[in-house]
Amino acid sequence: MKEFSRFIVKELTKEFEGKTALSRFSLEIANGEFITFLGPSGCGKSTALNCIAGLIPITHGEISIDGECIDDGKNKIPPEKRSFGMVFQNYALFPHLSVFNNVAFGLRLRRLSKPLIHEKVTAALKLVHLEGHENKFPAQMSGGEQQRVAIARCIVLEPRLLMLDEPLSNLDAKLRTEMRNELHTLHTRLGVTTIYVTHDQQEALALSDRIVVMRLGHIQQVGAPGQVYADPANLFVADFMGFKNIWDASLGALRENGDMLEAEVTVKSMKLKARLRYPQGDPRRDGLIAAFKAGAAVKTAIRPEDIHVGRDETGVSMRSRVTLMEYQGQTSYVSALMENDTIVELRPSTPVRVGETLELSIAPEKVFVFAAGRE
Amino acid sequence: MQKGLKGGGILFLLPAIVFVVLLFVYPFLYGLYLSFTSPEGAPTLSNYARFFTDWWEARTIWVTLKIALPATLINVILAIPFAYHMRHGMRGEKLITFFLIIPLTLGTVLVSEGMLSYMGPNGWLNQLLQAIAIVRGPVRFTHNYWGVLISLVIQGFPFAFLMILGYVSGINPDLEKASQMLGASRAQTFVRVLFPLMVPGIAICFCLNFVMAFSVFPSAVLLGEPSGPTRVIAYAAYQWALEKFDFNIASAISMVMAAIELVVISGVLVWRNRIYRGASMVGKG
Amino acid sequence: MQQKGFTLGRLFFFLGMIVYVGNVLGILFTVLLNSASKGWYSGVLPKYLTGEWYGYVASEHDIPHLLFITFLVAIAVVAISIVIAFPAAYALSRRDFKGKGALLSVFLLPMIVPPMTYGIPLAVVLYKFHLAARVTGVILANLVPIVPFMILVMMPFIEQVGVNLESAAQMLGARRLTVFRKVLIPLTLPGILTAGILSVVKTISMFELTYLVAGGKSQTIVVALYADAYAAGARPPQAVDALAVIYFLTAMACLVVALKFVSPTQMVFKIK
Repeated sequence: MKEFSRFIVKELTKEFEGKTALSRFSLEIANGEFITFLGPSGCGKSTALNCIAGLIPITHGEISIDGECIDDGKNKIPPEKRSFGMVFQNYALFPHLSVFNNVAFGLRLRRLSKPLIHEKVTAALKLVHLEGHENKFPAQMSGGEQQRVAIARCIVLEPRLLMLDEPLSNLDAKLRTEMRNELHTLHTRLGVTTIYVTHDQQEALALSDRIVVMRLGHIQQVGAPGQVYADPANLFVADFMGFKNIWDASLGALRENGDMLEAEVTVKSMKLKARLRYPQGDPRRDGLIAAFKAGAAVKTAIRPEDIHVGRDETGVSMRSRVTLMEYQGQTSYVSALMENDTIVELRPSTPVRVGETLELSIAPEKVFVFAAGRE
Repeated sequence: MQKGLKGGGILFLLPAIVFVVLLFVYPFLYGLYLSFTSPEGAPTLSNYARFFTDWWEARTIWVTLKIALPATLINVILAIPFAYHMRHGMRGEKLITFFLIIPLTLGTVLVSEGMLSYMGPNGWLNQLLQAIAIVRGPVRFTHNYWGVLISLVIQGFPFAFLMILGYVSGINPDLEKASQMLGASRAQTFVRVLFPLMVPGIAICFCLNFVMAFSVFPSAVLLGEPSGPTRVIAYAAYQWALEKFDFNIASAISMVMAAIELVVISGVLVWRNRIYRGASMVGKG
Repeated sequence: MQQKGFTLGRLFFFLGMIVYVGNVLGILFTVLLNSASKGWYSGVLPKYLTGEWYGYVASEHDIPHLLFITFLVAIAVVAISIVIAFPAAYALSRRDFKGKGALLSVFLLPMIVPPMTYGIPLAVVLYKFHLAARVTGVILANLVPIVPFMILVMMPFIEQVGVNLESAAQMLGARRLTVFRKVLIPLTLPGILTAGILSVVKTISMFELTYLVAGGKSQTIVVALYADAYAAGARPPQAVDALAVIYFLTAMACLVVALKFVSPTQMVFKIK
């Protein structure tokens, strides 16, 4: 694949009909990395993708590769000249062309010789496991197959950037997992820089080198999957990545301990201890300190998986009564009502029954606290 | 969708079937029968012979084709770039479409009648053309071939435009984006992606437009010169039927009209199939 | 995809539209002005305005009778067509059967084949059965293209009211007829109205069929207009234009009503 050394997106802003779809989106993409724009609908991820592709004009900002500016809001290089590939959500295969001709489309535009085209197309189809389908038409193929043709059509041109706009959302669950694996394998083999857009955190976690979490046009957090999963930058990211047990709380005490903050939070009548790794300069740290000084409310976020059935090492536990149990095989999705009249969600690995009394505890490192309103 | 016609299905269709048979199929077959019959009731080919051997009658085919084919070509070919431009919608779309359907709603008679004054030697159009010095004397638009052609374009263009616009709008917009991403310029995208997908729509549009143009009647009479240069085949049929009261020859002429329309339509469909091998689906992925 | 300000393509588009619309408006305004003018032989505007031509037209034609026939035919055609077309549209939307495609094509033929092609044999048949030269004949003739038109317009509306709704009603205990009355008809009423008003507009402007079949007293206004224009020598052009204006106002009034129900593009679409 063609390579670049620096791909910089600076302060990309897109306004449309009075609304700001994308606000000051800045990102530097490394060659060969797989980066995912993740967020709910309307968060601007597709807008960002389309801006980078050049399919929609940007309002402010700058996109440059290797120092060459490809779009600064006033002048831009049109999409057909950027050597980027794009796979669309509904595949956008040309219905009047066979699979072979779909894949050969870009090659024909570049006026390559017939034998060379044939060689490249065959190789690309082999890569996506569609040998033998050359003469079929898109209408005769399943969703997954069409998806693979769309991918082949892009990679045959050896683009320097590959973009995928929610490519798996039209597939059924089993196919989605299969295709996800294929995409991963393909990326490892080819090493092409990839921007992937999705609302599915599972896909993002499985495929990405880095994830860009977005909401309402703003970037919420950029980081490796492990980071975004285990160390969310704010309540929105936490919620989106599967944290639950988001409770209103007040800060009883806050102690700074180097990089750590030790806090005592009170959720209604229940007291919890939290140990937060919010280093100096981290906005989360500043937010909590300010909240503590102002006596303001805060919010907790705890992963259901992190709630332990039984007492903790200091012997402290919360009593609760199971109100809902959904069997899911290895674990169950359980909701329980605690003594402070709050519902807690947990994922116990041993079976429980509705009405059963459980003693629950949480390690302080697993209790996240955010200043309220910082979303 | 339920399969089969049990339980009242046939009953629902019956009135429509009866209607179509009585008021369309039967008259058509009766006309066919009449065309092969003499006024006394004997089977004969003389009606057709009379039509084809009389130069004055047979030339109506050529006269009508001379008007209908260019008009249809103009309508369809002009409609394509306009529809292409509007394919993603535009401001004022409703207003534009409103103005376009006015001539359609008002009908040929009014448009033809109005053209007599507006495009007459002293009408506004000639005044304008002379004022901006395109021509020096008044141009003859009425009571000749040009008037009829223009009226067919005025009536036919909106229909062709709106129809092709519908087809183009129905093409998945992502196809254009995909084409761009693969390196195609606007022109290349049009030639390699959009136009091939528009071909079925263009073909149907051509057929419908041609059929309308070929059966032109009121404008050929009012705006043209039915006694000569614009004596169209529909007028000939009319004259035989309601002026000379020879229903046999009139029916024969109607059958010839239908046959020619059929030949042209078949030709267009053959052309379309040649261009559009393979895919049948144009839908949104 | 957004438009980028000023381009050559846009310029040509607007020029083309202006040329077209300009000419259409030119035609309409010429007719309007001419119908009220006196001694307008040259120049941009008439020297004098007068209403005498309308008086002349009123005395030469029985305008109320013309309008009456026009609307009588239109409304009768629409009413009868609804009765024939609705059940057919229902069956075609809900059922699949062998030969459906062929049947649909046969139903649509009268819309595709131009009136002059089948109009003459149709007129011959109507004359044979002594139905021509009467309002009945005109109504019957105009039914031919309108019934298929209605079927075509109504089908998508019926398809929109999914079968599930009817099934749901049946599960709740309604009998077939009640389902029709209380579920299907109310929900497809917009479709029926749309088809109806579009058909009225279409019938008013339909010329060829009525012309072939009508007699003196069963003319619609568009046929009277043609007859006047054809006999241009015998009538002053301003008077013909006056009649044209009356026709124009009638047709436009119906068009404006129709546009309240349906968008302009849909209007043409329903023709194919």
